[in-house]
Amino acid sequence: MPVYNEKVMDHFMNPRNVGEIENPDGVGEEGNPVCGDMMTFYIKVKDDRLEDVKFKTFGCGAAIAVSSMVSEMARGKTLDEALKITPQSVADKLEGLPKNKFHCSNLGAQALHKAIEDYRQKKGGK
Amino acid sequence: MRKVYLDNAAGMPLLPEVREAMLPYLGEIFGNPSSLHDWGDGAREALENARSQAAGLIGANPEEIIFTSCGTESNNLAVKGLALAQQAKGKHIVVSAIEHFSVLHAARTLEKWGFEVSEVPVDKFGVVDPAGVRKAIRKDTVLVSIMHANAEVGTIQPIKEIAQITRELKIPFHTDAVATAGTIPVDVGALGVDALSLAGDRFYGPKGAAALWVRKGARLIPLLDGGIQEGGRRSGTENVAGIVGLGKAAEIAQAQMAARMQKLTPLRDRFLKELPEKVGHIIITGHPQNRLPGHASFCVEFIEGESLLMMLNSRGIAVSSGSACTSRALKASHVLIALGLSHEIAQGSVLFTFGRDNTGDDIDYVLEAMPPIVERLRQMSPVYDKFLKAAKGGK
Repeated sequence: MPVYNEKVMDHFMNPRNVGEIENPDGVGEEGNPVCGDMMTFYIKVKDDRLEDVKFKTFGCGAAIAVSSMVSEMARGKTLDEALKITPQSVADKLEGLPKNKFHCSNLGAQALHKAIEDYRQKKGGK
Repeated sequence: MRKVYLDNAAGMPLLPEVREAMLPYLGEIFGNPSSLHDWGDGAREALENARSQAAGLIGANPEEIIFTSCGTESNNLAVKGLALAQQAKGKHIVVSAIEHFSVLHAARTLEKWGFEVSEVPVDKFGVVDPAGVRKAIRKDTVLVSIMHANAEVGTIQPIKEIAQITRELKIPFHTDAVATAGTIPVDVGALGVDALSLAGDRFYGPKGAAALWVRKGARLIPLLDGGIQEGGRRSGTENVAGIVGLGKAAEIAQAQMAARMQKLTPLRDRFLKELPEKVGHIIITGHPQNRLPGHASFCVEFIEGESLLMMLNSRGIAVSSGSACTSRALKASHVLIALGLSHEIAQGSVLFTFGRDNTGDDIDYVLEAMPPIVERLRQMSPVYDKFLKAAKGGK
């Protein structure tokens, strides 16, 4: 039996929204390569909505699939809606992650939230 | 799709001749080797024949061979059994930092039982310095256990030189030869050790059959209490078919060893040379020359080993990795860390182990398939981004 289900494999082998956004409105980074996974999310915001979401990820198959899924879930959502994305809702959308990968590789939602916080801080500071 | 199996350190195919030799013991010859009737005699004869074959592989006396279920059991029996048998003399043992977990964790259990353990470090190639072993030995040392070769980085240890020290100081010396027995020449007399572990599945035998050789006269406390199988040192009804397979595989390994080494060494050397030419920022782990014949291991910078393994698998290529994400415990390989590699570099670990079925065409295929995969993973790696930006900024 493969370690990852078909949905996770699809997002790992064909990740959506990989890359960087030039002059992003917010950037969020979570994890570090020492413990295994590291994700950087870039967002573009228009009228309080996530117009574009891109990411770069260093990590295992689960980490890459999670990032891809988070980017897909977040695109088009309002900032408050996007803040409701949780590791659990990402894992559910992926139809399950291996138990031991749930915590360490499931950092995408946090990275996205940090990008949104970064945007709000910058905006508040203006 | 082309299939290229390069994970022989994890699992090897069973030789057809070995399977043939095993079949009667999964069929008509089902007796218990301990039974005194004809049915038992047939099984016992097979067991003793396998004992001679296993002993022949390592230049030992058949009566000094104890059959076990796996390399892990052999190592546990050696480390715990030899140490416990001598605890009246002292409660200190010496191991290397890169032992297999079946030695390291057995040593940890001994610590819980009141022993002290010294771990000898290795150099950047993974070599244990015999002088380091001498330094670690104390008056109350009752066992030294250093592996013959490490399966993760391939490095072969100076066992003879270490044995000179342990003999001079009269301390029992066990070596975990699971990675070497059946692969490169192993002779217990020439090595000068007192106990040695080997496993049949490491030389095209079946899983579930292994052995511990213990020099005659050495005292050993058994791990299992029960009947007097294996001279009372390993109770439990023997895995006759598996042991027959181990014996047959040992006999064939002995006969074919030189030819196998002659085939694997050039494949390894070519791969160690050509992969770094195709993939930049890659580090060879382990000793560049003094390593197992079919063993090539690397750390690929800026990417993580599990995703590399999975993408290679999607191209039909089977490899291993010592990255944290690959291990069930989610910890980077203690071997790579002991070599002085950072946790970040260790994440990019990838291990290719060649076997008898591999050819130069397999290497061609991997050399073509792997660079684009590495490039793709690097393109999505924030660590690579940071490296590129730092390199630019530095100019």
